[in-house]
Amino acid sequence: MSAILSNVSGKVTSLFAFTESPHLNGGQKLASKYFTVAMVLFLAQLLFGLLAAIQFIWPNFLFGWLDFSVNRMVHTNAMVVWLLYGFLGSVYWFLEEESGTEIVGLKLGVIGFYVLTIAVTLVVLVYLLIQTGPGKDASIWFINEGREYIEAPRWADIGIVVVILVFFYNVAATFAKGRWSGVSGVLTLDLIALAGLYTAGMFYLTNITADQYWWWWVIHLWVEATWEVLVGCIMAWSLMHLLGARRKIVQTWLYIEVALMFGSGILGLGHHYFWIGTPDYWFSIGGFFSALEPIPLVAMVVHSVYDAGVHKFKATNHPAMAWIIAHTFGNFIGAGVWGFMQTLPQINLYTHGTQWSASHGHIAFFGAYATINIAFFYMAVQKWRGNVWMSGDLPGNGWKWKWSVGLLNFGVLGMTVALLIAGYEQAFIERAMQGSTWDAYFAAQSHPWFREAMVWRTVFGLVTIGGLGLLIWDLMTIGKDESRPSLVLTHEE
Amino acid sequence: MSQQTPNWASEARWKKIAIWVTAGSFVLLIFLTFDTLSKTSVGGERVRAYSVINQEIDYRFDAQKNRFMPVIGKEAPLFGKVVTEAEAEQLVTLGKKTVQSKNCMNCHTLLGNGAYYAPDLTKAWLDPNWIDAANRENLMLAFLKDPVGNARANASGRKMPNLGITDEEAHGIVAFLKWMSAIDTNGFPNNFKTINAKEQP
Repeated sequence: MSAILSNVSGKVTSLFAFTESPHLNGGQKLASKYFTVAMVLFLAQLLFGLLAAIQFIWPNFLFGWLDFSVNRMVHTNAMVVWLLYGFLGSVYWFLEEESGTEIVGLKLGVIGFYVLTIAVTLVVLVYLLIQTGPGKDASIWFINEGREYIEAPRWADIGIVVVILVFFYNVAATFAKGRWSGVSGVLTLDLIALAGLYTAGMFYLTNITADQYWWWWVIHLWVEATWEVLVGCIMAWSLMHLLGARRKIVQTWLYIEVALMFGSGILGLGHHYFWIGTPDYWFSIGGFFSALEPIPLVAMVVHSVYDAGVHKFKATNHPAMAWIIAHTFGNFIGAGVWGFMQTLPQINLYTHGTQWSASHGHIAFFGAYATINIAFFYMAVQKWRGNVWMSGDLPGNGWKWKWSVGLLNFGVLGMTVALLIAGYEQAFIERAMQGSTWDAYFAAQSHPWFREAMVWRTVFGLVTIGGLGLLIWDLMTIGKDESRPSLVLTHEE
Repeated sequence: MSQQTPNWASEARWKKIAIWVTAGSFVLLIFLTFDTLSKTSVGGERVRAYSVINQEIDYRFDAQKNRFMPVIGKEAPLFGKVVTEAEAEQLVTLGKKTVQSKNCMNCHTLLGNGAYYAPDLTKAWLDPNWIDAANRENLMLAFLKDPVGNARANASGRKMPNLGITDEEAHGIVAFLKWMSAIDTNGFPNNFKTINAKEQP
């Protein structure tokens, strides 16, 4: 038995052998594994999204085999998990440099990675092969919890919390042993909130109003609060690393962003409490605070553009810098502008639960989170290759990274606009004019404007997939035959 | 960069502000959470007792509140049998667990949350598409058990797949949908004309 186990674990670990590099420290080696799985899941996210998009056009496609519900669930879950893998990897990546010491309990962290990856694989296999179960607790525990975004069955929830606790132990113990900084302090407190909030979604309630109340604690307080602060930490570190920005300036900005982000985002949660049975005082609280949510995102744009300008765009890694800029603008436009457009209850009454939300979801998750992870992948691959040159004058003028930036951003923006048009049509025809009955719903869904929008969404989805293909190719080849060392920044002071 | 950082822009000051703003917001949220949960417990004005499935439910424009409101009417037992609160809770619980296990939310929306591939279920019990109130229960049961066989064509071409829903589970889902339609959702969806409104405008 133990021989079989060691054989299997040997095979699993050998899958990641190609991520080895002599240029990395312990945390960075672990991070490379996280980044590899993240890219695989990114690809899965796009492919299952494509299947779901095709089903909007041809509803019989894969009907009864891989229904829309399954494809859509894998699409969103793969996204949540690959973004988390990217975040975990990024933190492991800079943990030793930021703390000035080796990671405490790294072995446990490596085991955590394998446990999490095996669990994710099993969950996806059950989603695809078993799909649904009878209306019993056993289904919720072992097949599918049936709550959007956090469908992972209960056993996997517990596994995720355990792995996050191991991750938290690595982070907190390493900083405690080495040194603390503004970035590490914010990061550590944010991780406590991140892990704690997940448990708010881990129990069953028949009262659907209370159920959705807690469900939003996880979804909103992750995505619109703790994740934003987490990427704020990653961005702070990245700007020091890429541009040589001064720690004092970057950390002051980080505190400003935390104040604005949590100050608007925590009570901004109220914009999910307009229509689920909760009291109507949430109209004012949710409307007011969520209307403020774009402000920290504007601050981030100012922050990154200011820093890049002050350093005359002299960066150690041009692709990463481009994605950082894409992140700040994407975060502001996707999360800020697109979110604000439908956040007041007076408009949300008609847009809640329409393609408006899908439009917002696409540009916000891409702009706020996918971009910063991709930026970090480029920084990682640079070091992995031996800290080689990755500024201007790349072979072929860096056409691969430039085209993948273009295609991915153009593709997601195209999908977003197509879905917004579908959302406008749905909000007016189904909701405002026809009163939201099922007949009204189908009238809107079969309107030519809606159908055309769904075709355009699929076309732009293909553009996005093309961009991802190019990105994967570039990440695997960039810096391969590079002999120049990385640009050395002259730090101020 | 030699000049002194002004006080308002100092790192230490913003650190303090960040801590106070975060703590203050969170304390407020905890307070509001207690209040909201007490106002949305089952059996209250906003979320009705499970035994509301024994009564007629409608959704009408309330001139005083200037929005649509659920209206609880005369006795109208589900499946022709008056149930106790405990029996009703058991039935609705079975329905809710089935709704989760069958992953309904990844095509439909419930209270407007979910995917957008199939109709919202918030007021599904009241939808005029069930033709008339007398046959509604049976139509719903038959549809849930065999959605492919009982599908009525719609212009979008989409249809619901067979999910292996049993007779017992189907009864639970219908009870859950009837109970959910009585939740006060602050007027969402707006201007919804119910099956009853079709019969008695």
